[in-house]
Amino acid sequence: MSTEKKLANKKRRNQNIAFGLFTGISYSVVGLLFVILAFIVVKGIGVISWEFISAMPKEGMTAGGIFPAIVGTLCLVLVSMVFAFPVGVFAAIYMNEYVKDGWVKKIIKQMTNNLAGVPSIVFGLFGMSLFVNKLGFGDSILAGGLTLGLLVLPVVIRTTEESLKAVENTFRQASLGLGASKWQTTRNVVFPIAFPNIITGLILSIGRVSGETAPILFTVAAYFLPKLPTSIFDQAMALPYHLYVISTSGTNIEASRAMAYGTALVLIVIVLISNLLANKLRKHFGKKVKMN
Amino acid sequence: MHKIVSQNVNFYYGEFQALHDISLSVKENTVTALIGPSGCGKSTYLRLLNRMNDLIDNTHMSGTITIDGNDIYDKHTNVDDLRKNVGMVFQKPNPFPKTIFENVAYGLRVNGITDKKIIEERVITSIEQVALWEEVKDKLHKSAFELSGGQQQRLCIARALAIQPSVLLMDEPTSALDPISTSKVEELIYELKKQYTIVIVTHNMQQAGRISDNTAFFYMGELIEYDKTKTIFTKPTKKQTEDYITGRFG
Ligand SMILES: Nc1ncnc2c1ncn2[C@@H]1O[C@H](COP(=O)(O)OP(=O)(O)OP(=O)(O)O)[C@@H](O)[C@H]1O
Ligand SMILES: [Mg+2]
Repeated sequence: MSTEKKLANKKRRNQNIAFGLFTGISYSVVGLLFVILAFIVVKGIGVISWEFISAMPKEGMTAGGIFPAIVGTLCLVLVSMVFAFPVGVFAAIYMNEYVKDGWVKKIIKQMTNNLAGVPSIVFGLFGMSLFVNKLGFGDSILAGGLTLGLLVLPVVIRTTEESLKAVENTFRQASLGLGASKWQTTRNVVFPIAFPNIITGLILSIGRVSGETAPILFTVAAYFLPKLPTSIFDQAMALPYHLYVISTSGTNIEASRAMAYGTALVLIVIVLISNLLANKLRKHFGKKVKMN
Repeated sequence: MHKIVSQNVNFYYGEFQALHDISLSVKENTVTALIGPSGCGKSTYLRLLNRMNDLIDNTHMSGTITIDGNDIYDKHTNVDDLRKNVGMVFQKPNPFPKTIFENVAYGLRVNGITDKKIIEERVITSIEQVALWEEVKDKLHKSAFELSGGQQQRLCIARALAIQPSVLLMDEPTSALDPISTSKVEELIYELKKQYTIVIVTHNMQQAGRISDNTAFFYMGELIEYDKTKTIFTKPTKKQTEDYITGRFG
């Protein structure tokens, strides 16, 4: 009886310790995140103004705004997504719906996963040699966008695959059972059901793309370019690189410190907006195809 | 005249043999119930009849299955045509993320029927066949997910009927439904048997007793006993069958 009680006490104590530990850790993580955010908001909010987001940089980037960097980043996001979405989604559909289980599939999977782990600077070098030099795009939004597209391709493939996997098999069977072909089934039944999750994954990758510096370093990013790009063959400024430049090698680093935090704030806001958008879209489409 | 004839069918998932030497024949316009404990191979056998197991990687079968005298596993058999002829209804209602109308029209459209009149006619007939017309006639263009589970299941049956199959496979079609929806589907099955040959998997002994003409008892991948439903339920010849239907195991 008393040993039973002891055991019960011990169990309860261990449970409390573990629970306390996990609670503590999760709150610290959230807290830390909050501190980082607050830090950047506090430091950066001062320079945020209409001029800051709508004007060209001035006086060796210590004054004026970051408009061309915002435009540049948006262009890069657009080009990379136009490339990575269709390619990634089709690759995932092929992998998940068409390739039979076996070693071929395993190898492709493994390669995709490895690709996701390659440091982004390596993508930058690859993009430079392929797009900038070999294909002759030069330093351009096209070259940078494609490089970023390659970078997120594994993410797009993986999220799409996960979303397709989550579609219950009886939907496929029901469609095929009516004499539909595999492609009809994928296009009319499987894809629409998976779509809300796919779109979420895609938008989350926008956050990734807009924040990367290394892949654009050798492929597109301009140090200082106080005009807007006119075509995808132009060079452009970009937020993360601009941030790097004015924090490390501007003409007057101290003077542009506030601008740097302002830039960081804008970047974070763009990422936050795309995440919110992802949630909204998922809810919107989710309602349309809600399972029973 | 037998509609479906299986002879010495073995089926394997990889190394695992799920069906052992199944020989079973089904008469036209009858309801055949497949019963047996979980994992005994009922669904596996059912999926062989419309070659749905082809979709599962690393499987193989031996033996022959014929429908209307045609070997359905013959090289020259067109699988799409086979599946058009052999409709399937699943355990959980699974309407497509489309309108009520489009769910039923789907099978027609994917089979290349484009004539609006024909499509509309067939959709309405099929929905009437499953006694759902009164309940949905005002919301044909609303999402199928707005229907109750029982209505969804009848819609899925209508979807299968729209392409005019001659065989209907049902895998525990009422196990996710409430008692009232269940009895509606049972009545429906009774009606449908006039036009279709139905093979149904069920865990519900009363249901098997109520709606089926013949019953096959599966156990561990083997067909233990197959006879008139009345015989199976009143004087089974095998001890295992008796134990199962009297609820002593399974
Ligand atoms: N896709 C699969 N891969 C491997 N083994 C499978 C697969 N599907 C079924 N099996 C195995 O085959 C055997 C028969 O399964 P089946 O689904 O046909 O049983 P069942 O009689 O329909 O059972 P239940 O009443 O639970 O639906 C089981 O042992 C099961 O584990
Ligand atoms: Mg089953």
